[in-house]
Amino acid sequence: MNSTRNPCFIRIRGVSKLFGDFVAVDNVDLDIAQGELFSILGGSGCGKTTLLRILAGFEKPTTGRVEIDGVDVTDIPAYDRPVNMMFQSYAIFPHMSVEKNIAYGLRKDKVARAEIAKWVDEVIELVQLGDFRKRNPEQLSGGQRQRVALARALIKRPKVLLLDEPLAALDKKLREHTQFELMNIQHELGITFVVVTHDQEEAMTLSTRIAVMDKGRLLQVGEPKEIYEYPETRFVADFIGTINTFDGQVSAVDEQHIHVDCETAGGDLLAFNEHELKPGDKVCIAVRPEKIFISREPPENNEDIRVKGTVDDLGYLGNLSLYRVRLESGKVILVSQQNRQRSAKRSIEWEEQIWVSWRPRSSIVLVN
Amino acid sequence: MRKQSRFILSVLAFGYAFLYIPLLSVIVYSFNDSRLATVWGGFSTRWYGELFRNEQILDATFLSFRIAATSATLATVFGTMAALMLVRFGRFRGRTLFSGMITAPLIIPEVITGLSLLLFFVTIQQWFGWPSQRGFSTITIAHTTFSMAYVAVIVRSRLSAMDQSLEEVAMDLGCRPARVIFDITLPLIAPAMVAGWLLAFTLSLDDLVIASFVSGPGANTLPMYIFSKVKLGVTPDVNALASLFILVVTVTLFAAWFLTNQREKKS
Ligand SMILES: Nc1ncnc2c1ncn2[C@@H]1O[C@H](COP(=O)(O)OP(=O)(O)O)[C@@H](O)[C@H]1O
Ligand SMILES: [Mg+2]
Repeated sequence: MNSTRNPCFIRIRGVSKLFGDFVAVDNVDLDIAQGELFSILGGSGCGKTTLLRILAGFEKPTTGRVEIDGVDVTDIPAYDRPVNMMFQSYAIFPHMSVEKNIAYGLRKDKVARAEIAKWVDEVIELVQLGDFRKRNPEQLSGGQRQRVALARALIKRPKVLLLDEPLAALDKKLREHTQFELMNIQHELGITFVVVTHDQEEAMTLSTRIAVMDKGRLLQVGEPKEIYEYPETRFVADFIGTINTFDGQVSAVDEQHIHVDCETAGGDLLAFNEHELKPGDKVCIAVRPEKIFISREPPENNEDIRVKGTVDDLGYLGNLSLYRVRLESGKVILVSQQNRQRSAKRSIEWEEQIWVSWRPRSSIVLVN
Repeated sequence: MRKQSRFILSVLAFGYAFLYIPLLSVIVYSFNDSRLATVWGGFSTRWYGELFRNEQILDATFLSFRIAATSATLATVFGTMAALMLVRFGRFRGRTLFSGMITAPLIIPEVITGLSLLLFFVTIQQWFGWPSQRGFSTITIAHTTFSMAYVAVIVRSRLSAMDQSLEEVAMDLGCRPARVIFDITLPLIAPAMVAGWLLAFTLSLDDLVIASFVSGPGANTLPMYIFSKVKLGVTPDVNALASLFILVVTVTLFAAWFLTNQREKKS
């Protein structure tokens, strides 16, 4: 099935958008495959919405082209694009009932009445708004408004559905629930979704692939796992999850590994040489908290990286325990351990002298 | 606490008395049987009957209402168009200037507006031979020009408060931009337009200064008639006329309030 899908269903080439002198979107190249649930992830003001609006046709890129399903849409206005957008504010028409809101797009397409009624029934069922179809928008809760907005966009069966922070306006509980609903609907209809979000957890759970954006640029595009385990830049490593970083300089290189002299780690850290580095190169070694082991005794495996430290602080979260460990250099790192054993006693206490260790595989090498 | 609330109540009472006693006395004296406006001579409604037998008053009333309705309608059309241009059609050269200029008629003294409009009408009459006579048409144009500014300001504030993504959604769903105005924008600013129309209507009904400037012989609006009568001394029939005037304005305001409320409830 994957092989029949067009891997360049949306093709963005060299797209920039300037507002006066301000570069909101900076030379973006991006391919999105048919049927993907693709997320654009980035902090507030990084240009996510602007990029989405370029796809929808509300902003004209200053330079660059946008193709959707093989058609160059750069000069096609929003009302003629096979694309629909769900706005962050949901933008429900306040002077129309739920039903009228949802039917609006088909009415504009001059679809026959009976046909419209059929489609409305179908999509209302899909988003489970049956009891609310005659209501006016001001009688709806946030979650219901979100469904109306979704239904209104879906009823046109767009080739691409653009969603600007679809869950940001909902409270936490509803957000998690709605997240899975969105995924189910996307799966059921097979429509390509492009979701903009600033919530990295949301992006990780929802998406087939993620593009991380900062200051108008795309920093990295990949599957959630790739982005998490193989971040290419410090920004991405920091933005997705938590990470400990050690700045240093390559001191030695053997067939597989590099040795990085890190002052803050009090010695050499070992990592795989994935970037063909040479001695003297400045790099940064990064390790995720859950990749680090913590123990009273020195770890036995000689391959492992080991550093001595003391427990500064610890927190019990039920499934996890979090430790803030002060290394001998004074640097504080974060370590998380799963609580595998059922026990009321803590195995490791405050101020205890301990070892932290991790596999060389777990060291992420960040260049520049 | 009690003391304070009593104090507030008395301040409030004084303020409202100051506002409404003059109006009330007009209404009370309109039912005065005496021919002298300031001496109470028993209850009577005869002055109201007299109003409807007075040709001059009926003519002035009819003229005033015709002018008010026409100018309010024109002002609403033009004012709304101006507001739409200023708020919705992107940046164009001189937008800030136009934006500021739309509010100018609100602060220019009426005497100056009246004078300049009179000069304008006289000049174009010399050039084009129109308007050959000043009256209904000149007053209507004059009222339209200044009340249009009020409508534009009201509609503009409503427009800028409105979520622009509503219009974008409509376009996203396949609606052409020209059609979006009728589908989305106008229904949503309708309350502001109604409020603007009613304001323009009362402003026109109320205006004495500008109308006096641009009117010609034989064309007397209601305020002009009242003013000219009062110069010869207050008579009870003027009280009756003023009372009816108050009634009309109050009913109009209630209608406006009711209409906007209903709209809001619906939307
Ligand atoms: N119409 C506009 N005119 C000027 N600046 C804009 C406009 N739209 C967005 N911007 C600017 O572009 C930047 C990116 O905006 P946006 O794409 O909305 O960010 P995000 O959705 O990632 O928070 C912001 O700094 C914003 O101020
Ligand atoms: Mg945004």
